[in-house]
Amino acid sequence: MTRFVLRRLIGMVVVLLALSVVIYAVFYLAPGDPAQLACGLKCSPAQVAQVREQLGLNEPVYLQYAHFLQGIVAGRDFSTGTGVLHCHAPCLGVSYKTGDQVTSLIASRLPVTASLALGAMVLWLALGVGTGLLSALRRGRFTERALTTLTLAGNAVPVFIIGLLLLLLFCASLQWLPFPTYVGLTQSPQQWFWGLLLPWVSLALIESAKYARLTRSSMLETLAEDHIRTFRAYGVSERALVTRHALRGALTPVIALSALDLGTMFGSAVLTESLFGLPGLGKLLVYSVGVVDLPVVVGLVLVTGFCVVLANALADTLYAVADRRVVLT
Amino acid sequence: MSAQDLLAGAAPSTAGEAAPAAGARQVWRRLRARKSALAGIVVIALLLLVAVCAPLLTAIEGQDPTTYHDSLLNSAAGGVPVGPFGGISGAHWLGVEPGSGRDLFARLVYGSQVSLLVAVGATLVEVVIGVVVGLAAGLGNKLLDQFLGHTTDVMLALPSLVFAIALMAVVPSGFPRPLLLTLVIGLLGWGGTARVVRAQTLTLKELDYVSAARLGGSSRWRIARRELLPSLAAPVITYAALLLPSNVASEAGLSFLGVGVKPPTSSWGQMLSSATTWFQSDPTYVLLPAAFLFVTTFAFTVVGDAVRTALDPRAASRLRVGTGRAKKRGNDTKRGNDAQRGNDTKRGGDAKQASADAKGAAA
Amino acid sequence: MSADTDTREASGVADAPLVEVRGLTVEFPVDDGGSVRAVDGLDFTVRAGQALGIVGESGSGKSTVAFDLLGLHRGTGARLGGTVRVAGVDPHTAEGDELKSLRGELAAMVFQDPLSALDPYYAIGDQIAEVLRTHRRVTRRAARARAVEVLDRVGIPDAARRSRLRPHEFSGGMRQRALIAMALACEPRLLIADEPTTALDVTVQAQILDLLHDLRAETGAGLILVTHDLGVVAGSVDEVLVMKDGRAVEHGGVAEVLGSPREPYTRALVGAVPRLDAVREPEPVTAAADADGGDGGAATDAAGPGGDVLLEATGLRKEFGRRGARLTAVDDISLTVRRGETLGVVGESGSGKTTLGRMLVRLLEPTAGRLVYDGRDIGGLGERQLRPIRRELQMVFQDPVSSLNPRRSIGESIADPLRAAGRLTDRQVVSRVGELLERVGLDPDWYHRYPHEFSGGQRQRVGIARALAPEPKLIVCDEPVSALDVTTQAQVVGLLGELRRELGLSLVFVAHDLAVVRQVSDRVAVMRAGRVVEHGTADRIYDSPQHEYTKGLLAAVPVLDPEESAQRRAARRALVRG
Repeated sequence: MTRFVLRRLIGMVVVLLALSVVIYAVFYLAPGDPAQLACGLKCSPAQVAQVREQLGLNEPVYLQYAHFLQGIVAGRDFSTGTGVLHCHAPCLGVSYKTGDQVTSLIASRLPVTASLALGAMVLWLALGVGTGLLSALRRGRFTERALTTLTLAGNAVPVFIIGLLLLLLFCASLQWLPFPTYVGLTQSPQQWFWGLLLPWVSLALIESAKYARLTRSSMLETLAEDHIRTFRAYGVSERALVTRHALRGALTPVIALSALDLGTMFGSAVLTESLFGLPGLGKLLVYSVGVVDLPVVVGLVLVTGFCVVLANALADTLYAVADRRVVLT
Repeated sequence: MSAQDLLAGAAPSTAGEAAPAAGARQVWRRLRARKSALAGIVVIALLLLVAVCAPLLTAIEGQDPTTYHDSLLNSAAGGVPVGPFGGISGAHWLGVEPGSGRDLFARLVYGSQVSLLVAVGATLVEVVIGVVVGLAAGLGNKLLDQFLGHTTDVMLALPSLVFAIALMAVVPSGFPRPLLLTLVIGLLGWGGTARVVRAQTLTLKELDYVSAARLGGSSRWRIARRELLPSLAAPVITYAALLLPSNVASEAGLSFLGVGVKPPTSSWGQMLSSATTWFQSDPTYVLLPAAFLFVTTFAFTVVGDAVRTALDPRAASRLRVGTGRAKKRGNDTKRGNDAQRGNDTKRGGDAKQASADAKGAAA
Repeated sequence: MSADTDTREASGVADAPLVEVRGLTVEFPVDDGGSVRAVDGLDFTVRAGQALGIVGESGSGKSTVAFDLLGLHRGTGARLGGTVRVAGVDPHTAEGDELKSLRGELAAMVFQDPLSALDPYYAIGDQIAEVLRTHRRVTRRAARARAVEVLDRVGIPDAARRSRLRPHEFSGGMRQRALIAMALACEPRLLIADEPTTALDVTVQAQILDLLHDLRAETGAGLILVTHDLGVVAGSVDEVLVMKDGRAVEHGGVAEVLGSPREPYTRALVGAVPRLDAVREPEPVTAAADADGGDGGAATDAAGPGGDVLLEATGLRKEFGRRGARLTAVDDISLTVRRGETLGVVGESGSGKTTLGRMLVRLLEPTAGRLVYDGRDIGGLGERQLRPIRRELQMVFQDPVSSLNPRRSIGESIADPLRAAGRLTDRQVVSRVGELLERVGLDPDWYHRYPHEFSGGQRQRVGIARALAPEPKLIVCDEPVSALDVTTQAQVVGLLGELRRELGLSLVFVAHDLAVVRQVSDRVAVMRAGRVVEHGTADRIYDSPQHEYTKGLLAAVPVLDPEESAQRRAARRALVRG
């Protein structure tokens, strides 16, 4: 087990390093002068040169990358012309636009995305696993067909279509709900909940389709396994067969997948956030891309990548813990 | 490697079982037998027709997608089209765009070109890279396998949407946007295919008929071409069929976020994005592109699902007749030690497959 | 179907049969709307304490019968006909508590494939306790105690500790014992064992059969033993029912049916069973039917054992895995194969015999040792250097399913080595494949057919034709008949022997089945845990085995004669005690 954890940790670090190299290469070698961008269009060439000096952009690329890594591990200092700005480890650099530290920018947006992702996950798990189990256990011809069609539709639709339709229906036409705005959980739990309800529902409707399918097929496959037949042949009731012998095996892949999806959600909530105007990581990304604020973009890619890698490791571990037959390597 | 090569040997996927080698014709027959699949195919064919004939269709209507019609807008109400349902009339079959007055039918029809072109192109890029990388990893030596394996892992770990948004922003605006979209979606999305192909190659490689081919004096390349590729066709086609709708959605998503196709080229995602500001005053403008997008992705998904069933009817019927109660026990099965070992490893394989699928879907 | 109540009342009478089956039919619906009749008008009875063997080849419907006795076809869409009573209960109609008590309390099933038949997530003791608690109102603790008790009874050492292990932590034989323990938990009046030894090695098989025998003597329960192996029933049952295509072919006392079968089918079945005591048929002098234009008729003369050495292995060794978990599959093996002889390699699963076979044809690279073929060390050659001699060393594989590419016609599969060599024109290749098909007893016109159109035995013939195509000098046959029904087995083994004689081939015949190996081999090597424990001429090994392991192995082989079977059971006990 320790061996496994160690291997996974090393693997994670390697993947993240590779990720950072790719990102660094793409964005810092991209056409366009970062110093000019950082300084703004009205800067004189002398000012641009000064900014370039301050940001360390006149160093060779590999040194810039080394400093970038050093910043993550140990923090680094930026001169602002008048003074020195110390950026604490893990330092992902400083925004060209606002001069804020990228880490603090990300940290301030993180609660929004986390609220969105976690809340949606609770909802999609309840919805997806519930319908999946129902369609596996109560297999009538009609319900099964209806569910299959619905889940296929859910699989197909981009989230912003559902979101737009929900907005159109509940906020514009019926006016049952206010237009979603984000209010911190600590400020007002109630407003937090109502503000996030529509985004949650939109995401959950999409995601739960996938989960319903997975749960259903996984449950049916488990029920067809030989050991279920064994206990049926020993008089164990159908209810006990499902709850004691099938559920655990059937839900293992579901749980592993939700860990994976939670990780991915930090990156892929962009669409939802920008549709509902939630000030999360995705919104920050779209904004930063628009104004070509490269340090923020790089930082966001790294952080979301980290979430995915972490979720991957978590999913594998959960799987192995639930099913001891899987050898951890 | 072309799509034809793949299609030529279309057959069930699971290796090593007595799967009847279904020819392309048989698969087509199975597809046709399902009404939903047939409907999906018809819809896709119609969409393709619309995309190809876009200039003709707009010519019949007498409009084009770029001309502004300020006269059709109610400037007092902020630019909402005059007339019911977003200004639907004999001249403008589906009304006009609020704010600009451009013909909505023309824009939607031209939008299908972008949508389909990008989705199909990106899927091809993904499949080609995925098959090459997966095969090379599965057949190559340990070092190559490890290198490619890690590369694939990195690709799967990329937060692809985030990365795509960032990439789209970096590339100079002179680069043709639809081509750029195709490349970005394709280059970021081949990880799942590569993983599936590698896993399948590794399984197939251990089969006795591949050993027999080695004993028969076949070179590695000959084995890959004659023994492996035909068996890889089914899983690759299945995977590609599921990638298509997700690539349609990716294009729409990127355009929705404003980093995809730039005006005046029209795209459904981009129209939806501008519709967000109009949906209270002109709901038609939201509903039309949403409907087009939905129908397209839904049709592709339904067909993709049917293709999977047609290519691997055994797996599908296992799920359909799957409960213990409905399990058929007509034949006595004699299981040897090997079958038992096969069962041992099955679950682990499923786990990987599930997560690979999940990652593919997440793209 | 009349007088339902009468029969139930009658079952109260002391000497009513434990199992009574009259005119049982089972039909399964098929996808195209029709149905398949898996069991067709079957009658039999089993009395308390009696044992019935149901024997048949695959597809005969024997397991279907076993499942029906517990009502396991209900709700599957299967159509059931006839009357069945098991301990007075009708499994076709019983509901609620009656059905529950039938399943596990009155009758209990011992399943095959013990790994998948147990729940992977729970400890074995807990699973047995669960069965007990389903039927008896006992505390959790008492149920666990009973589980340990039955595990101990079926001979699992240190049962209290092992009851806490999960199925994958048990060996195959122990899992099968655990399944028997589960069946015993509620002291049922009838045990139904469905191929209980199929997945097991011959020594473990003997132990399990002995255990079932003892349990029956001890508890007085009835036994229904379902198997494809006539040897398994010989020593374990009183009556035999031979099934074919869902019907009873022959039914009677075990000694009569196996000793003097009346029906042709039974006779064929019994005749096809390879016997340990069968000495190899004398070599018929064939008129060198050198149809394949092979290299030289000289080989035909030297076809008997004792040509010069073709392949010699010295200190051969194969390790798998990396430093952490290194596994030595083959450990310091030295052997020789002469021109024109058959070397048999026997061993149980995990003995390394397949690894050895694959090394001999260089599908695997030896970790250490020398492998000299025709005067040249080929042990360390790379793939490219090997190519010129590849064609001379061929292999026939175990699994007739995975050894042929399902997406290529059998003709193309056979033609592959010819095409790879590239010496023949297309026309020559096709006609050569035709010859080969004919030679292995298949129709040359079947060139364009696909593997799924053939039976297992036919596919194995195709595999043999493919191995013959490049005119090899040596063929390694890795369990070539273990996946086949017994009648097909005999034919394929016969074909291999014939080909060896005609073409002057050397064969290495790797198998777990001692009787089959004796049929074909000149010399035999017995393998265990990666080593050869004993080798010599076939007669010497079988008639006077020296090594303890060989003795045990031979003692465990089931035989057809019930009396001899009983003697051997006694002999086995002596061997264990001794």
